[in-house]
Amino acid sequence: MSTIEISDLHKSFGSLEVLRGIDLTVEPGEVVCVIGPSGSGKSTLLRCVNLLEEPTSGSIRVAGVEVTDPDCDIDEVRRGIGMVFQQFNLFGHLTVRENVTIAQRRVLKRGKAEADRIAAANLGRVGLSEKAKAYPAQLSGGQQQRVAIARALAMDPQLMLFDEPTSALDPELVGEVLAVMRGLAAEGMTMLVVTHEMAFAREVASRVVFMDGGVIVEQGPPAEVFGNPREDRTREFLHRVLEPASVSETEIIKIKGETL
Amino acid sequence: MKLSPRRRRRIARVAGYVVFGLAILAVVGAADWARLSEAFFRRDVATGMFPEAITIALRNTILYTLMAFVFGLTLGLVLALMRLSSVLPYRWFATAYIELFRGLPALLVLFMVGYGVPLAFPDREIPGGVYGSVTVGLGLTAAAYMAETIRAGIQAVPKGQLEAARTLGMSHTRAMISIVLPQAFRIVIPPLTNEIILLTKDTSLVYVLGVTSTTIELTKFAGDTLNTLVNPTPLVVAGLLYLVITLPLSQLVRGLERRAGRER
Ligand SMILES: Nc1ncnc2c1ncn2[C@@H]1O[C@H](COP(=O)(O)OP(=O)(O)OP(=O)(O)O)[C@@H](O)[C@H]1O
Ligand SMILES: [Mg+2]
Repeated sequence: MSTIEISDLHKSFGSLEVLRGIDLTVEPGEVVCVIGPSGSGKSTLLRCVNLLEEPTSGSIRVAGVEVTDPDCDIDEVRRGIGMVFQQFNLFGHLTVRENVTIAQRRVLKRGKAEADRIAAANLGRVGLSEKAKAYPAQLSGGQQQRVAIARALAMDPQLMLFDEPTSALDPELVGEVLAVMRGLAAEGMTMLVVTHEMAFAREVASRVVFMDGGVIVEQGPPAEVFGNPREDRTREFLHRVLEPASVSETEIIKIKGETL
Repeated sequence: MKLSPRRRRRIARVAGYVVFGLAILAVVGAADWARLSEAFFRRDVATGMFPEAITIALRNTILYTLMAFVFGLTLGLVLALMRLSSVLPYRWFATAYIELFRGLPALLVLFMVGYGVPLAFPDREIPGGVYGSVTVGLGLTAAAYMAETIRAGIQAVPKGQLEAARTLGMSHTRAMISIVLPQAFRIVIPPLTNEIILLTKDTSLVYVLGVTSTTIELTKFAGDTLNTLVNPTPLVVAGLLYLVITLPLSQLVRGLERRAGRER
């Protein structure tokens, strides 16, 4: 059974159709990286998977459960899906340990001792055991994001969603977060990752998905998508992202023409 | 000679001090000090007001304030949540309530609760006597203001907080209780403390309900003493006692706001 099965997913905000027929499958243990230009619908796709956004039409199954079914207990499904946000979204009024235990206690009804033990284990996993008593505001961005990962992991998810987890970080802090994610991938976690870190996608992804204009333009193993893209749009995007210093003036005019 | 801007500023500042000092001297010199202290600072009148000024009047002022505050806060929280609800009639009701009670004078509402409602329903009464009427009469108005404050506080909590909580499998209610409201209340503590200060002063309206010697509050107590002794010193005593409540509170608000400013 696939971990995620999306078929013919459409999503509109008012009259703006952001997702225009997405079909995507993620198998257990796969790391799928989603890349694509700003506004192409990557975040929206991710947020549809745990129903932070209500799809307009189409179906999404997570571990066989149809989340788009009105009778589906979404809180139950969300327990099994960890999500990591660009802006970390740690709970500012709680300590690091409380951030990692609160959902264990309130949602999974684990006892205090057990929740603390699991929190300690997961904070150790992201290298932040000594910060358990700190408040989020006292941590660097990279540390906050690692706590956010530990918080999600403490719920024993079968799937992790990452929405540009390193985009809000200072460059020198990106590495520590990617290292944690690389570790997770190596342990066999199923991951759907929206990212602008092409080197990470190339190295860690089992599959890369390129989105543009609300559709999946092309997908395949990273070596293929990066090394030998089939579609012009993919090639152009990669050129712009990988060699931003060499984008020529004629291309800029073309890019502008596209968006007009 | 041309003055540097710095020198010019210094001269202006010194001139400011001089003018202010002269003005004070003029007032002090012109005042009839014997008359003033005879009217407003009569030691025997002031001491005669104690201990009742504290054991009854100040105590009741504080009691009325706290009861109206707790009532207003509870109702205000409910209204704020209704205002933000996805259920349309709830939003309508909350909006109508808030607009209505922010637009009415507190005194009119107090009259309505103290006299209007009892006249309409002579066979029922608000429990708690004057205390009950004051709690409701002042609390209804306070609730409207506090609802708006709390709503702003809830909306000031970043949307990502609720999303992160929901993503962890919390229900909407659980996420509000454990994640959003605690952070919202931190944000609204300073404005709510201001609301207590306003309420403290509004308790001076309570006399219109016809208070007795045991339910009397500061302003009425001072007015009565003034009438009996034909001397305005009680007003000064009452004023000072109000400040005993309100000054520490406004000090507290300032401290909290400074701390919040540092944390951001
Ligand atoms: N809640 C919303 N209401 C209205 N429009 C929205 C909403 N969320 C997203 N959009 C629009 O949908 C489009 C796709 O947004 P989305 O965030 O999915 O893009 P993205 O690929 O993640 O881009 P980025 O790389 O900038 O994060 C954008 O044009 C955006 O303005
Ligand atoms: Mg995005």
